[in-house]
Amino acid sequence: MSVINAPLVGGASASAQAAEAAASRGIIRTILRSPRGVCAVAFLLLVIIACALAAVIAPSGPIVQDLSAVNRGPSSHHLLGTDALGRDLLSRLLYGGRSSLVGVAEAVLALLVISVPLGVVAGYTGGAVDRVITRTADLVMSIPVIIILLAVLAMFGRSMSTAMVALGVLGAAGVTRVVRSAALAVREEAFIAAAEVMGQARRDIIFRHILPQCRGVIVVQTSLFAAIALGVQTGLTYLSLGPAPPAPTWGGMVGDAVTAFYTSPWQIVPPGAAIALTVVAFGVLGDVVRDAIADTHSAGASGRPPHRARRPAPAAAPAEALVHVEGMSVAFGSGADETTVVQGVTFTVGAGEAVGIVGESGSGKTVTVKALAGLLPRTAAVTAGSISFAGTELSAGGRRAYRRVRGHGIAIVTQEPMRALDPTFRVGKLLADLVRAVDRCSRGSARTRALELLGRVQILDPEDVAQRYPHQISGGMAQRVAIAMALAGRPKLLIADEPTTALDVTVQAEILDLLRGLQRETGMALVLVSHDLGVVAEICSRVCVMYAGEIVEVAHTEELFAQPFHPYTRALLNASPGGRSDTTALEVLPGGVPSPRGWPIGCHFADRCAFAVETCMAAPVPLRPVFDADRQARCVRAEELAAPVEAAT
Amino acid sequence: MSLPLLDVEGLTVDYPLPRGRTRRAVDDVSLSIATRQTVGLVGESGSGKSSIARAIVGLAPRTAGTITLHGGASAPPARRIQMIFQDPYSSLDPTKTVGYSVSEPLRVHRSPELTRAVIRQRTADMLESVGIPASAASRHPSRFSGGQRQRIAIARALILKPDLVICDEALSALDLSVQAQIINLLTRFRDRDGVSYLFISHDLSVVEMLCDEVVVLYRGRVAETGPARRLREAPLHPYTRGLVAAIPRVDPGARAKARERRELLRTPVVPAPALDDSCAYRHRCVFAAERCAAERPALRAASEGARVACHRAEDVAAQLDGGAGAPAAIPTGGR
Repeated sequence: MSVINAPLVGGASASAQAAEAAASRGIIRTILRSPRGVCAVAFLLLVIIACALAAVIAPSGPIVQDLSAVNRGPSSHHLLGTDALGRDLLSRLLYGGRSSLVGVAEAVLALLVISVPLGVVAGYTGGAVDRVITRTADLVMSIPVIIILLAVLAMFGRSMSTAMVALGVLGAAGVTRVVRSAALAVREEAFIAAAEVMGQARRDIIFRHILPQCRGVIVVQTSLFAAIALGVQTGLTYLSLGPAPPAPTWGGMVGDAVTAFYTSPWQIVPPGAAIALTVVAFGVLGDVVRDAIADTHSAGASGRPPHRARRPAPAAAPAEALVHVEGMSVAFGSGADETTVVQGVTFTVGAGEAVGIVGESGSGKTVTVKALAGLLPRTAAVTAGSISFAGTELSAGGRRAYRRVRGHGIAIVTQEPMRALDPTFRVGKLLADLVRAVDRCSRGSARTRALELLGRVQILDPEDVAQRYPHQISGGMAQRVAIAMALAGRPKLLIADEPTTALDVTVQAEILDLLRGLQRETGMALVLVSHDLGVVAEICSRVCVMYAGEIVEVAHTEELFAQPFHPYTRALLNASPGGRSDTTALEVLPGGVPSPRGWPIGCHFADRCAFAVETCMAAPVPLRPVFDADRQARCVRAEELAAPVEAAT
Repeated sequence: MSLPLLDVEGLTVDYPLPRGRTRRAVDDVSLSIATRQTVGLVGESGSGKSSIARAIVGLAPRTAGTITLHGGASAPPARRIQMIFQDPYSSLDPTKTVGYSVSEPLRVHRSPELTRAVIRQRTADMLESVGIPASAASRHPSRFSGGQRQRIAIARALILKPDLVICDEALSALDLSVQAQIINLLTRFRDRDGVSYLFISHDLSVVEMLCDEVVVLYRGRVAETGPARRLREAPLHPYTRGLVAAIPRVDPGARAKARERRELLRTPVVPAPALDDSCAYRHRCVFAAERCAAERPALRAASEGARVACHRAEDVAAQLDGGAGAPAAIPTGGR
C-alpha cells in the first residue's frame, strides 16, 4: 500500500513541532536544556547537599565560640568571618540552612498534598464539587496569612514546623485555583473524551491524562511558592519567632548582623547572599518551566528575531495590473533557523478581477496574501522579490508604504469574523469609528454611512444590528459585518482569506453570493484564498493553485477545471467530493504535503506524483506558459500529460 | 439489511443553563444503524449532531428516549462503540507515546490472555493496518502530521474490534487529499471487519461519498432521512434543498443551477424563534404556511425510502421540480 510511504514528519510547521516536542519531553529535560535552569538547579542542589552535610563539612559547630576572633572578616581560619560572639559564620550558615530548607520543604509538602488533589478533582469533576472547592479556596485566600502564622507560633510554642505547615495550607488555596484551571482546560481536550468512551475509570483518567498535563503548572507554582516560603521563614526567624537563640537560623543571622552593622558590616553579606540567591534560584526554576509551557501554547514564541529589513528586488510592474507580485519568497525565523515557506511566487491581479488562490494547509497560500497585505507576523519577512500595488512598490517602502494603502487600497477579511470585531463595542459604533477614521467626516454622516454599509452587505435591519454587540450576532452575520468594515474605505482590492471556512454550508453560499455581487457592483479586485476548489469556482475568474510554497498552476477557472495541466491540480479535483458527480472510490494521493524543511530541489510534488520522471527531481521546475500565454503550469511534462485528455475530448 | 445494530428511539437531550433553565439540543430523534451500514448525520452547527453522538456513548445527558445496542441493555457497553474526533491534534495525549495511546483500550479492558507481548503485537498490527509504520509506537504524537494522527486515532478506536464507530466530524480538519485517504481507510475496515459507522458531518458531499443512509437534522429535530444518493439528487425538505444547493460546485452547469435554486429558496435573515410545537424551519422557509406555525410536522414516509418532516413537501416538489416525486428537473436558466 502506497500510504505506508508517508513521511513521518508532515505538514505541521517546524516551530509548532518544536514546541510540542517540548511538551512531551520531560520537565526535567526541559529545565536541563536551558542554561538558566541548569544554574538554578545546580545552586539549589549545592545548598541542599552542603546543609545536609553540615556536620561533616562545617569547620566548627554552630555555637562554638572563638573569643579570640570576634567580628572578623573572611580569613583562612574563618572563611566567611565571625560574628560578635566569635562564632564561625560559614558553620552557622550551613547549620542554619537546615532549618530554613526543612521549613520550606514542610510548607511545600503541605501545599502539594492539599492543592493538587483538590485542584485536579475540582477541574475535572466540575459541578457542585468544583463550586464547594473554589468557594472554600476563595474564603481561605481572604485570610491574612501573617496574623494566622503569628497566632500559630504563639499557640504551638514557637514550633517553626507548625507555622510552615500552616503557611502551606494557606498558600494551597491560590495554587488549588491555578491547578483547577489547568485541569479544566485539559478536560476539554478530545483525548479525555476518548478515554471516557473507551470506558476508563475516572481515577485512571486523572492519573494518566489529567495530572501529566498539569505537572508544568504544578512545578511552576511550587517553585514560586518555595521562594515565598523561604522569605517568610527567614522573616519569622529574623523576628526571633522561630528556634530560640543560640540555635542558628538564616533570619537570626541577619538579625545579629543588623545589630553589629556599624562595627562589622561584612556580617550581613553571607546570610543575605544565601537567602537572596536561594530565592532567586527558586524563581528562575519556575520561570524556565513557565517559558517551556508558554512555548507549547504559542508556537513560535521562542527565538523571535527583530524585524528584519526586507531585501527587495524591484521589478518594473506592468502598468495595467493592480497587484503585481514578482518572485516573492517569505521566510520564518532567522539565521540557521530560517525556513522558507513561500518561494518565488509570481502573480498579477487586474483591476476589478477576482483571483482565487487554492491550496492545502502548508501550501503557503495564507502567508502569500498576508505578505501582500503587509500583515506577516513579526517572525516572518519577505526575503526576495517585490510586491507592487497600483504602481507603488510595497515591499521596498516598509510600513509607511503599507500605511498609505491600508483601508483605501487593500482591505482584508479573515477566517474568524468574531475575532475581527472588538467585543466591547456595538457593531454600529465599530463601523462608524472606522468610517470616521478613513473618511474624516462628522459623527452624523459616519453613522449614516455605517448603516448604509450594513445594508450593502444585505443585512435586513441595519438599525437593529448596529445596536447589537458582536457576541449577540451569528457567525454569518459577523462575517457580513466584517465585510462591511472592509468596504468602509472603498478599497481597490479586497483580500478574503478563507472567509467561509468557519461557517455552515448554507451560510457559506450566502456569503459567497454576497462577495460576488459586491465585487461586480463596486468594481474592486478580489483575492480569495480557500482550500475548497468549489468555493473558488463560485467567484473567481482566474485561479492560482499552490503546493508546498509554490504556485504550480495558473489558469482561467473554467479552463482549469475542464482540463487541469498539473498532476497536483488533477489529483485535487479527483479527491474533491464536491467536484465530482459520480460516487466511485476517491483517487488517493499518497502521503502528505512536505514540510518546508523537507522540500526537494526539484519538483515539490514529485514524491507524490504518479507521472514523475528523473527530470522532475534533478532541478527546480519553473512556472511556464503551457499552450497559451494565459495558462501556466510548473510541470516538465504538462503538454505531454495534457495530450491524451485532449485527444479523448 | 440485517437486524439493527444500534437503535435510538425518541432521544431527547437537554443541557442545563443557569437559573434552572434548559436548552434542548436534541428533540425526539430516532435512528437505527444495521451491521456494516454507514449512517450519516448532517446538519449545521448547533443542530444537535454531536449531542446525539455524545448521548450514544454516554457523554451527554439523556432526558428521554432509549438507546439499544444489539437489542440488548439500555446502556451500551463501552468496548462495542468507539469514537473518532474532529481535531487530530487534541485527540491524542501529547505526553504519551503513540503505542501507549493506541493500546490504551486494551489495557482498560484487561483480560488474562492480554500479556505485554500480545498487546505490543496487536498495537503494531493495528498501526500497520492504518498505514503507520509499527516503529512509530515509541514516538510522541507531535512527530506526526494531522492526517497521520487521525490514522492513529482510528487505530485506537478499532483496536478493540468495536461494532460501531462514531466519527464526529472526523474529516473536517484534514486536507482534501488526506480526506480521501481516510475515507478509503474507513471503507476498507467496513468491508473487512464489518464495522458500522455513524458519520457526523456538516458537509453533505463527504457524507454522500461514505454513507448508505443519511439523517438530516435541523435545530435538534430530524428534517429528512433517506438513502444518501437520493438525498443529494432529489432532496425533499426545503432545508435539505437549501443544503444541497449550497454545496460549492466546480462544474459550471451545476453551479448555475445551484445558484438559481438558492435564489428561489432565499429568505431574509431573521432571528430564529424559540422551539415549540411548530415547524422549526418555518422562519427560514419560503414555503411556510399557517399550518407550519400551528402544528409540528411529523416524520412521514415519502418516495424511495425517504422520510420527511414537512407539511408541504408535495407542494414544494410541485413548485420546484414540476411535479410531486419527479426530482432533478431543475430548470436551466441562461446565466
